[in-house]
This record gives sequence, C-alpha cells and structure tokens, in this order.
Amino acid sequence: MTSIKVPIIENILEANDFVAEENRKIFSEHNIFCINIMAAPGAGKTALIVKTIELLKDKIRIGVIEGDTASVTIDSDQVVMAGAPAVQVTTAGECHMDAMMVRKGMEQLPLDDLDLVIIENIGNLICPAEWDLGSHADALVASVAEGDDKPWKYPNIYRNLDVLLITKTDLIPYVDYDIDHFKSGVEILNPGLVTFPTSAKTGEGFPAWTEWLLKKTKAAAEK
Amino acid sequence: MHELSATQNILRIVMDHAERNHADSVSAINLVVGDFANIVPDCVGYYWKIITEGTIYACAVLHFDRRPAIFECDDCGSQFEITREMTACPHCGSDHVTFISGDELLVESIEIVRNEKEK
Repeated sequence: MTSIKVPIIENILEANDFVAEENRKIFSEHNIFCINIMAAPGAGKTALIVKTIELLKDKIRIGVIEGDTASVTIDSDQVVMAGAPAVQVTTAGECHMDAMMVRKGMEQLPLDDLDLVIIENIGNLICPAEWDLGSHADALVASVAEGDDKPWKYPNIYRNLDVLLITKTDLIPYVDYDIDHFKSGVEILNPGLVTFPTSAKTGEGFPAWTEWLLKKTKAAAEK
Repeated sequence: MHELSATQNILRIVMDHAERNHADSVSAINLVVGDFANIVPDCVGYYWKIITEGTIYACAVLHFDRRPAIFECDDCGSQFEITREMTACPHCGSDHVTFISGDELLVESIEIVRNEKEK
C-alpha cells in the first residue's frame, strides 16, 4: 500500500466561472448588456426593476431573469405586468444563483429580440457575491431602512460592484440613516463607485440611473 | 451559506484527480479557504459525510488552511486583517485601503492510497 500526495490547486468555483464566462460571451454575441442585481430581502429590487422597465421600455427591449428560492411568481408577475418578458429560475432553497441557473433562464428568453437582460438575484448579502453569473455589470440595491452600517458589516459584496443603488430615500426622515457614514464605508471597499440614491415612490434618482443603464446598454450594442 | 454546492464542487475535483491517479481510496483533502470566501468548514465536513457515504472518499480527512482577509493601506503601506467588520486602517486611520487576499477557495492537494495488489 502506498500513500501519494497529489498536488491540485484548483478553484472550487471554477466550473461555475467557466459557465459564467460562456454566458457573458453569449450575451455579447447577441449585443445584449446584462446586469446582475443583488440585495438583501426587502431592499426593493423588484420595485426598482419594475420602475426601470416602465421608464425604459419604449427605448430598449428588456428581459428579466428572476431568481427565487421557491416557485412563487409574485416578482415575475410584476415584471411581466410592467411590460417585459420574464423567466423565473428557482434555486430550490439555495441561497444564491449560479451561472448554470442563469443559462437555463437565458435559454427561455428571446435573446435575439433583447437589448438588456436584468438578473434579479436571491435576496442575500453574503452568498451572491461569490458567484459570477456572466453579467457585464453587478449592482447592489441597498435600502436606507437596512441601516447605514451595512458596508462595514457585509464588506465582501461591496468590493466588486459596478453600480450601487440606494433605495427608499423617501424614508430617510423616519429612520436613523446617515448617508455620509454609509458612503464612507463604501468608499473604503470600492473607491469612486457609481452611486444613485433613489426612491421608487417619488421617482427621485431614476432619471440619472436609467440614463446610466441606457448608456451602458447602447455601448454594448455598438461593440 | 452555500456549503452544499461548494462541497459538491470539491467532490467533483477530488474524484477527477483520484481517478486520474488510480487511487483506491483518498485519505486526506487539503483545502485553502479565505475568510472572505464565506464558507464554514464544519458545514463542509457535515455535507462531505452525507454525499460521500459508501464511497472511497468517505474516510478522507478534510484539512482547512484558513487564510485571513488582508487589506493594505494605500497611505501608510501597512497590512492588516479584517476578521468581522470592515475598518479603516488601524495604524493611520486612512480610508484608502486595497484588498490583498482572503477570498481563496481551493483544493490545494489530496492524499491518495494505492493498494498495489496486482504486483
């Protein structure tokens, strides 16, 4: 009997990263810009997505991949009502979406007829940060009601973001939320991160956010 | 919190290399886990027992080489660890810091056993 040490050094998430890279390529081949939207449960991802669709649907063609832990269609129903094709991918209790789930969603979307694909990730501030889905940009939705200490407590998810949306700004008078303290935490982790304070209730910040998204989508189409 | 899928991926990598090296069993698996990888070693061990039951991988001992999350201060150049909450540089108080390492999630090596009964 012999005992042998076999050196490996292989990334445990390598299989996911491989599929993610393929997803990104497929989106790009279809001239689609794909954005992955992450947040804690209740941060207002769906409200943000619905309002974004309403404001952009006459300018670009949008599809949505909805991640849900169980097969309830509340979120996707709202998206469809707002005027965009939506497919729902259930994660069977898993805490995050992975690249393979996104691929399944992509297969059900009319990619030839889309300019922008929005992925609504599972509500969670920890796990989604680890999984590359194959998007071109990663966004975080952080509501003021969650508190201004979240960048300090969940540093990992802020590190690789391309855009940050602060939501429910209409609630600032009613909650203890110091936007400067919040932003100083973000600045440590992701200096100069593009940030839009928004309110889906009042519409604050939506012109600037949708303009950013439109610009990114058009740039992807021209490549 | 996603230890089951991580453990399944570890098994896939271990199986691949064990088969390629004609292992009769696997005695140890050496993993590198950064603090920012958000993986709880105890949970991986728990799932490992469940998903490998009755296989040549069931008796493998899982070794976790934990790596702290390390940041470097852009202003004073000192390096510091973040264990739980994010902080500014503990040496000079600067907010300008850069992530250096601590999100590793690797199978570093495995130790396999060959019975060599054919010789």
